Amino acid sequence: MTAFILRRLAQSVIVMLTVALVAFALFRFVGDPIASMVGQETTLAERAEMRAALGLDDPFLVQFWNFIARAVTGDFGISYRLQQPVMELILSRLPATLELALVSGIMAFVFGVGFGVYTALRRGGWLSSTIMTVSLIGVSLPTFLIGVLLIWVFAVELQWLPSFGRGDTVYVGDWWRTGLLTESGRASLILPAITLGLYQMTLIMRLVRAEMLEVLRTDYIKFARARGLSNRAVNFGHALKNTLVPVITITGLQLGSIIAFSIITETVFQWPGVGALFINSVRFVDVPVMAAYLMLIALVFVVINLIVDLLYYAVDPRLRVDRANARH
Amino acid sequence: MAAPLLSVRDLIVEFPTRRGTLRALDRVSFDIAEGEVLGMVGESGAGKSLTGAAIIGLLEPPGRIAGGEIWLRGERIDNLPREKMRRVRGRRIGMVFQDPLTSLNPLYTVAEQLIETIRTHMDLSEKEARARAVGLLDRVGIPAAARRIDDYPHHFSGGMRQRVVIALALAAEPELVIADEPTTALDVSVQAQIIDVLKEICAERGASVMLITHDMGVIAETADRVAVLYAGRLAEIGPVRDVIQAAEHPYTAGLMGSIPTLTQTAERLTQIPGSMPRLNAIPQGCAFNPRCPKVFERCYRDQPNLIARADGRHVSCWLYDAQEKEVSHG
Repeated sequence: MTAFILRRLAQSVIVMLTVALVAFALFRFVGDPIASMVGQETTLAERAEMRAALGLDDPFLVQFWNFIARAVTGDFGISYRLQQPVMELILSRLPATLELALVSGIMAFVFGVGFGVYTALRRGGWLSSTIMTVSLIGVSLPTFLIGVLLIWVFAVELQWLPSFGRGDTVYVGDWWRTGLLTESGRASLILPAITLGLYQMTLIMRLVRAEMLEVLRTDYIKFARARGLSNRAVNFGHALKNTLVPVITITGLQLGSIIAFSIITETVFQWPGVGALFINSVRFVDVPVMAAYLMLIALVFVVINLIVDLLYYAVDPRLRVDRANARH
Repeated sequence: MAAPLLSVRDLIVEFPTRRGTLRALDRVSFDIAEGEVLGMVGESGAGKSLTGAAIIGLLEPPGRIAGGEIWLRGERIDNLPREKMRRVRGRRIGMVFQDPLTSLNPLYTVAEQLIETIRTHMDLSEKEARARAVGLLDRVGIPAAARRIDDYPHHFSGGMRQRVVIALALAAEPELVIADEPTTALDVSVQAQIIDVLKEICAERGASVMLITHDMGVIAETADRVAVLYAGRLAEIGPVRDVIQAAEHPYTAGLMGSIPTLTQTAERLTQIPGSMPRLNAIPQGCAFNPRCPKVFERCYRDQPNLIARADGRHVSCWLYDAQEKEVSHG
């Protein structure tokens, strides 16, 4: 078990180094940062001076090493545009994104598994057919369109929910600003969370349904029925648990992409999260922010993958033994 | 003779398909007495497993019982409401499946699966159920049962897993055990052990067994009576010794002739020409008529019914119709 975690951690470090290289390459290939920092009257000498002060004329390897060394301590430099430390900027925006991603992730998982199980058990029922048909829309409509449609219906026509922003927020701890504790914060969260989670929900639902149908055909389910176990015990105790193994993987990876792809939702709803920060940074070629964002997303994926692997252990006993045997 | 434990009367199982309804079991009738082991043989697709599934009420849709009756100790069970039928399964009829490697849920320990089954049917505490589970495992021959009970199915070998499956099928003391090819997926070396365990434990609890197999050797050693199925119809049923040594139905005779024996000196084994018809191409009259060496005109016209013979044997073949009376059904 420990050996397995260590091995996975080592792999994670390699992944992060690779991403760091890509992030760092941004500095060299996405325009000249000096050009976007200075006005037209700045002389060439001043520009060269600035370049030296920012360490931009050091050799590649030195720059890369400095980048990593600072990144490890959480120092991604100063935003070109906002003249604030990048880490501070991201941390102040992160709670908004994480809350949005978490709420929509939970929604996607709960409703995805629920609908998936329902449509698998009630195959051919009219409600199942309706859910399956509607889910097709969820899969095929682009996120921004869903967001705009939701705004139109619930914010413009019905005026039930706000169309943009986070509503009122309060501080929990030193830097975590949450919208979950205020009424307007929760109301503001609903539409973006649905927008962000709808696609994932339909994906999970279709996966759960397919897996569940597969599992329901297995011998051990037939044998469970032949032993007279109740439908409930067979469907939820035996079938669902076996269904969850692949579902956990997909859900984990989807949580990563929810965070990563919150960019679109955040733009549509003017949600003050890291996604919106990233979009603005791209517009102004604010490379330190872009690089830090890239690293952050990579870190999120790596951590989630690690957690997913550990969850396998919890769900599937066969893995525990196989690894143990492999080591001996 | 006392009333039979299980009585199947004119059982018809059909599968509606787009191209018409397929009749997979056609008026199958047989009894199983208390404590009796009934062997059920036939080729693949003859309807052996289907008969078992129909009795325990687990036909896969769209398959359905289209006619006939199934009685368990005087109570009709083929038309019970779902929930009542669920209580019959496991509690009154246990079932052992073919492949022990896939019969057990890989994510639960043996203890969890046994205790769940026991507590579904019996009013026992967790602790009592566990004690009972250990006893069962011990009885089916799992060494160090008290310790191994907390292992997962993948910790056990195929033969051991089939013992666990038997323990599970017998967990709630069913009166009838349907064993659907219980040894087919196992090594030859453990097949005999598993059959012995199954036979012993059922005998000791007074449970009857319906043993589905295509292994005539197993039938010869284990069963009291044997039923031969062909294309969803019962060809012959009778005491195992009589049927094996003096088969009356030409199909059974061919089947027995195709089994090699140690004392046999023949150059070639006899074989039945042709193959069993598919369900959508069963000929009119007797289903066996295209392959039967003794076929005559009537076999192409009328479907034979079970005809009672001496010593409790029944055969569905016009050869024996001379002046015999037909068995009355129902």
